[in-house]
Amino acid sequence: MHSITELLQQLVYGLSLGSIYALIALGYTMVYGIVKLINFAHGDVMMVGAYMGWLAITVFHFPFFPAILFAMIVAAIAGIIIERAAYKPLRNATRIAALITAIGVSLFLEYGGMLVVGAQMRTYPNVFPETMYKIGGITFKFGDIVMLVTALVLMLLLHFTVQYTKIGKAMRASSFDMEAALLMGVNVNTTISATFAIGSALAAAAGVLYGIYFNSIDPLMGITPGLKAFVAAVLGGIGIIPGAMVGGLVLGVTESLVSGLGASTWRDAVAFLILILVLIIKPSGLFGKNLREKV
Amino acid sequence: MKRVSILNRKNALTLFLVIVIYAVIQGLIVTDILPPLYTSTLIQVCIYVILAASLNLINGITGQFSIGHAGFMAIGAYFAGIVSVKFHGPLFLALLAGGIVAAVAGFIVGLPTLRLRGDYLAIATLGLGQIVMIIFQNMDYFGGAAGMQVGRHVNWSWAFWGTIISLVVIHNFVNSTHGRACISVRENEIAAEAMGVNTTKYKVLAFTLGAFFAGVAGGIYSNYMYFIQPTTFNFLTSFNILVMVVLGGLGSMTGSILGALIMTVLNVALSGIPSLRMVITALLLIIMMLFRPSGLMGTKEFNLNFLEKKEERTVA
Amino acid sequence: MKKLFAMATAAVLSLSLLAGCGTTGASSNGGGSAAGGNLKIGADLELTGGVAMFGTAAQKAIDLAVEQQNAKGGLLGKQIKMDYADNKSDPGESTNAATKLITQDNVVAVIGAMTSGNTLAASQVAIDNKVPLITPTGTADKVTVENGQVKPYIFRACFIDPFQGQVAAQFAANTLKVKKAAIFIDQKSDYSIGLADAFSANFKSANGQIVSQEKYVAGDKDFRPQLARIKSSNPDVVFVPGYYGEVGPIVKQAREMGMNQAFIGGDGWGSPELFNLASADQLNNCYYVNHVAIDDPSMADFVKAFKAKYKQDPDSFAALGYDAARLMFQAIKDANSTNGDKIRTALENLKGFKGLNGDITMDPKTHNPIKDAVIIKIENGKNVFMTKVSPK
Repeated sequence: MHSITELLQQLVYGLSLGSIYALIALGYTMVYGIVKLINFAHGDVMMVGAYMGWLAITVFHFPFFPAILFAMIVAAIAGIIIERAAYKPLRNATRIAALITAIGVSLFLEYGGMLVVGAQMRTYPNVFPETMYKIGGITFKFGDIVMLVTALVLMLLLHFTVQYTKIGKAMRASSFDMEAALLMGVNVNTTISATFAIGSALAAAAGVLYGIYFNSIDPLMGITPGLKAFVAAVLGGIGIIPGAMVGGLVLGVTESLVSGLGASTWRDAVAFLILILVLIIKPSGLFGKNLREKV
Repeated sequence: MKRVSILNRKNALTLFLVIVIYAVIQGLIVTDILPPLYTSTLIQVCIYVILAASLNLINGITGQFSIGHAGFMAIGAYFAGIVSVKFHGPLFLALLAGGIVAAVAGFIVGLPTLRLRGDYLAIATLGLGQIVMIIFQNMDYFGGAAGMQVGRHVNWSWAFWGTIISLVVIHNFVNSTHGRACISVRENEIAAEAMGVNTTKYKVLAFTLGAFFAGVAGGIYSNYMYFIQPTTFNFLTSFNILVMVVLGGLGSMTGSILGALIMTVLNVALSGIPSLRMVITALLLIIMMLFRPSGLMGTKEFNLNFLEKKEERTVA
Repeated sequence: MKKLFAMATAAVLSLSLLAGCGTTGASSNGGGSAAGGNLKIGADLELTGGVAMFGTAAQKAIDLAVEQQNAKGGLLGKQIKMDYADNKSDPGESTNAATKLITQDNVVAVIGAMTSGNTLAASQVAIDNKVPLITPTGTADKVTVENGQVKPYIFRACFIDPFQGQVAAQFAANTLKVKKAAIFIDQKSDYSIGLADAFSANFKSANGQIVSQEKYVAGDKDFRPQLARIKSSNPDVVFVPGYYGEVGPIVKQAREMGMNQAFIGGDGWGSPELFNLASADQLNNCYYVNHVAIDDPSMADFVKAFKAKYKQDPDSFAALGYDAARLMFQAIKDANSTNGDKIRTALENLKGFKGLNGDITMDPKTHNPIKDAVIIKIENGKNVFMTKVSPK
């Protein structure tokens, strides 16, 4: 990197990539916070959402907002079905059994999806204006702002839902002690279903935005961002909503700086190395202690 | 305590069975009755049995949630491949080298990361596995991302006896004082610590030994397959090994063997319906976990005790 | 309880063993490769896993080729039956797939695999069993020639990396008359690396200069950090030897960043999908090496048939898969036999075959097809033929 402008430009790229990771990580961290399940299928739910959005825009000719809403609703229903069918029976089984089931669900969505829509990529139409903005030599486009703003808004919405609404209270209670919550009259099943519904809807929103931002989607598109978002969630302190946001942004910026320094082939290794170092030094993640609340 | 002779009836019978299995299959191969696809499937079963058993040592016996096993397999595969291809070393040396390098790597990364518990350890090991893969992708000496050509040096005898030796070592480790200590770590780490068990030592020991055998299995893999690529050893392969262990039953060595056998045979058997293969595998996995979350064998072992006379069993 | 488990396990084990023996008997009796009036050809393809997109595209094209051939009466008086085996985009699985096709299904020839690594993993099985294998897109030099020795039974339907890299470099140096080039490589693809090496060597020998070299990984979506580095090295031309799935976003993002240089690529660019991934405007001033002029009549027929059958446009993987299958059919017809050695000889002596990708003559010394390359210029969302380059 030759100048401050270039460095700032790389930071902007990092933030826009990071906000995508953050969007996916929000749902990831919420599900983990409440059910304590590493939902490996989260990235694939995002893929389902992206395809639903594509279907709505190109086949049903929906405008942007109805399309994203459609994708979110379908994904929420899918999330509830997945939870009821695959995860609920295992709620009291070992963590590892639940993890294996999540891997099974993930593979099922990937290859079941491939069976339905084929392996080839589909291209998203341009929904956002392609205008470029330039401030002091740093360029960014409309999509960058949409991503960052959506991630921020959803994070705040989610945070307030969890903190100040009745269902949020039920979520926190279930997360803290499921049996006690049950005894106190919380409908744990509904609460967990709601958690999955919201988490999946968030993933779908992320999927549609991802598709629009990068133009192309395919059935295996969820694997890499899913893994990255998971890293982001852990980095910020898994189960902590603002942590997922910060973790996503940190990961995005790290990746773009590593690439910007000319070491793009080591990008993912650096991301994982930071993850491991954070875990060793502060296992609860960057935000693990400051905010004690667990979603 | 009564000393049990190594050459008791049970061991003799097991040894006899092992030799019979080996001899029958070797006979079928030599006489060309067994089709090559079956031979190659059997050899892959052997490779995955070692991988599953060694991961079981870490996950099932010692209770440390590791999902980066493919990383150690990769190290073993590449170093054994290098010894075979670039130095033309004998196969035994190649496998040993692969195992040792993997064990050293396991020790180095195990020491700091094994302080972590549960899901956090899982995440860290997942990351480690990916880092190993990326390192090989960036090393031109190992062929980089495009891959490395290794000849076929492994045959059925090598794979089979390699597996048997690995299983005997792992089995004896589990049944030794060290193994008991590892189990105590799994059951209750704090209690084990209070009883004077050096938990860190046993966790690292199990991890290193597990990594060693993963390396050996990787060595057999690279010396059997003609060509290896870093992406072969990605986190999906780690998951695959983990699935074998959990399917068979965490903590059950015979379960791991069964899990490896089922998954490998299933993979080959379904290859005629490529578009459905992964979907069926995924569904089977989900259904299996729903109806038997503790795996096929639970923590039990399949053994030959039921063949013995009643009195003998009570003595043992 | 314990006993129950033990017995259950024993039952499973013996069952699987029995199942094994059952099929063993059947297959060893099968022997004849053309049993039941069918002629069996195998395809070892990337149908799942990382590059499933390549294999599934080729599978569709091969199915189309088989359908057309069977409609014309098949081969040697028999209907062709394809046996597909999935290699999961993994070399080890590719060895397994080839073993299954050749020793179990007794196919007379194999098509595949799509990547050089997976083809290398399958080729030893083909050589050992004397079954000819043709790869649609395995472009690395060593796929067919190793240590100066041509590998018997192994052929390819595509260009080799050095040729395409050379054509692109000479085009940049002589036609575009530029001096400074940057290279942007797909790190995981040996195709990309091979093309880049050849481009670099040829461009330098034409007094050009490589000002920067950056890498990405197939599947990446965000290329801006690396493009920023390329931009600051100020090249006259950027060589991107990748596949259209990544090339589209690369060109799009580069243009958005204000990089107006010419972009050059190889046959991996060849897909109508490219025009959906980047706008027509952004794709102006882009050039790529391809097999044949797009307006060639044989290509038009293929595109029409493909679209009618699958409701989508074929890409270069499909086109090369189609050619590979038809080359193999032609060789079996010429050999008038299903004998591996005879098919191999027929393939080696194949001359002037009318492929989608131009006239193909197989070089017996390298098992590479000798065919012309063309340079395509992208102009306002259309492929425009520029020049034709014949191999020396």
